[in-house]
Amino acid sequence: MGTKSSSLASKAIAVYRKDIVSEFRTRYAVNAVALFAVTTLIAVSMSVGGFGVTDKNLLSALLWVILFFSAMSGLSRVFVREEESRTASALRLSADPIAIYIGKLAFNLTLLLALEIIVVPMFVVMMNAGVRNWTFFWLILLFGSVGLSAAATIVAAIVSKANAKGALFAVLSFPILAPLLVTAISASSAAMGGGAFADCWRYLRVLVSYAGVMITASVLLFEFIWED
Amino acid sequence: MMLQSLLGVWMCGVILAAFLWLPPAKGFQYPEAARIIVFHVPNAMAAVLAFLVSTVYAIKHLRGRNPADDAKSAASAQLGLLFALLAAVTGAVFAKIQWGSAWNWDPRQTTILILLLIYAAYFALRSSVEGSDRRAALSSAYAIIAFVTVPFLVFVVPRMTSSLHPSDTLTSRGGLGTQYRIVLFSAMAGFAGLYLWMFRLSVALAEIRNGKKGV
Repeated sequence: MGTKSSSLASKAIAVYRKDIVSEFRTRYAVNAVALFAVTTLIAVSMSVGGFGVTDKNLLSALLWVILFFSAMSGLSRVFVREEESRTASALRLSADPIAIYIGKLAFNLTLLLALEIIVVPMFVVMMNAGVRNWTFFWLILLFGSVGLSAAATIVAAIVSKANAKGALFAVLSFPILAPLLVTAISASSAAMGGGAFADCWRYLRVLVSYAGVMITASVLLFEFIWED
Repeated sequence: MMLQSLLGVWMCGVILAAFLWLPPAKGFQYPEAARIIVFHVPNAMAAVLAFLVSTVYAIKHLRGRNPADDAKSAASAQLGLLFALLAAVTGAVFAKIQWGSAWNWDPRQTTILILLLIYAAYFALRSSVEGSDRRAALSSAYAIIAFVTVPFLVFVVPRMTSSLHPSDTLTSRGGLGTQYRIVLFSAMAGFAGLYLWMFRLSVALAEIRNGKKGV
């Protein structure tokens, strides 16, 4: 059992490293997601920043809308690339479905967190958003991103086998992510207002359980989606 | 055939009772308009039943790989979409009369809207995958993933904002008058029967279609 789980982990890490290396060769997903996020941020900032938006709910809603659509612009690449370059079968032969899902999830999470490190400080500066409780704010972003990338990864696996992948990805992801987005928006707005610990914990609990449920369901279902 | 006629008579009885026998509900702003509840609540329940059946068949399909289970799952999802749409519309009509605006992001309205989006996405997915085996596997998986997020919608989102919907009318004593209770529960039985009848029809239709294609 010990060797099996260690080989699962090492295979997942191998899939993750493979994706990082091939991403660094083309930088397709990084460029697409980062530029998309910055463009959206500037568009939002230009159109509403002039009015001096101070409402915390509105600011955090805008932040999560930017993050959601940026994620939708690039997180499907992990599986779409395998189908387009016809490497899916080779990957299927070389690793367990679970290892593949976990490796891809780790890659998407890395991508999303890298994006947030760029975009969130920019958002705070350009939109003049004061954040009182930074620790809690980053915790929400972290656990929100885990849930978001878990759902996005499994939907990406589904979408990579369909036609009209780009449009379908956002359409399939949004209803699944709606509970996460609603919670994350309320939570970030609480963090901006400097919420108390009990208040913050209430939201974090939801985000953590969402991520847990989504990852578990994905691990159970992935082999049905992945097999061909 | 016999059951079907019985269902027709039963539903006629429910409609007559709802419009003629029920007294106007005093507690509401427009007591006459409250009769819509007799159709709104059973519609929502039929939608929930249909989505449950759809998920059960999706799980069954992934376990047994029987194309018939996938056809049943899709048929039930389609009916669920229909009932959910009717529940949303009747709800919006009553919301306009009772609360003043047709749509006010009440948690239940949010939930039903997300459910409509989920199953609309489900059919968008089905129509864009080629090959019936692959379509069946992918859409079953999506239906199950979507279903596991529903508890978050039902239990988490309502706690974030307050609801205008009453929460314990059906279960508490004195929440409903006797006449309302009788008609409402008869309507629920009627709508459940209606769902079953339509489900069997569309499953039979799907079987004929698949038989023609030789799948």
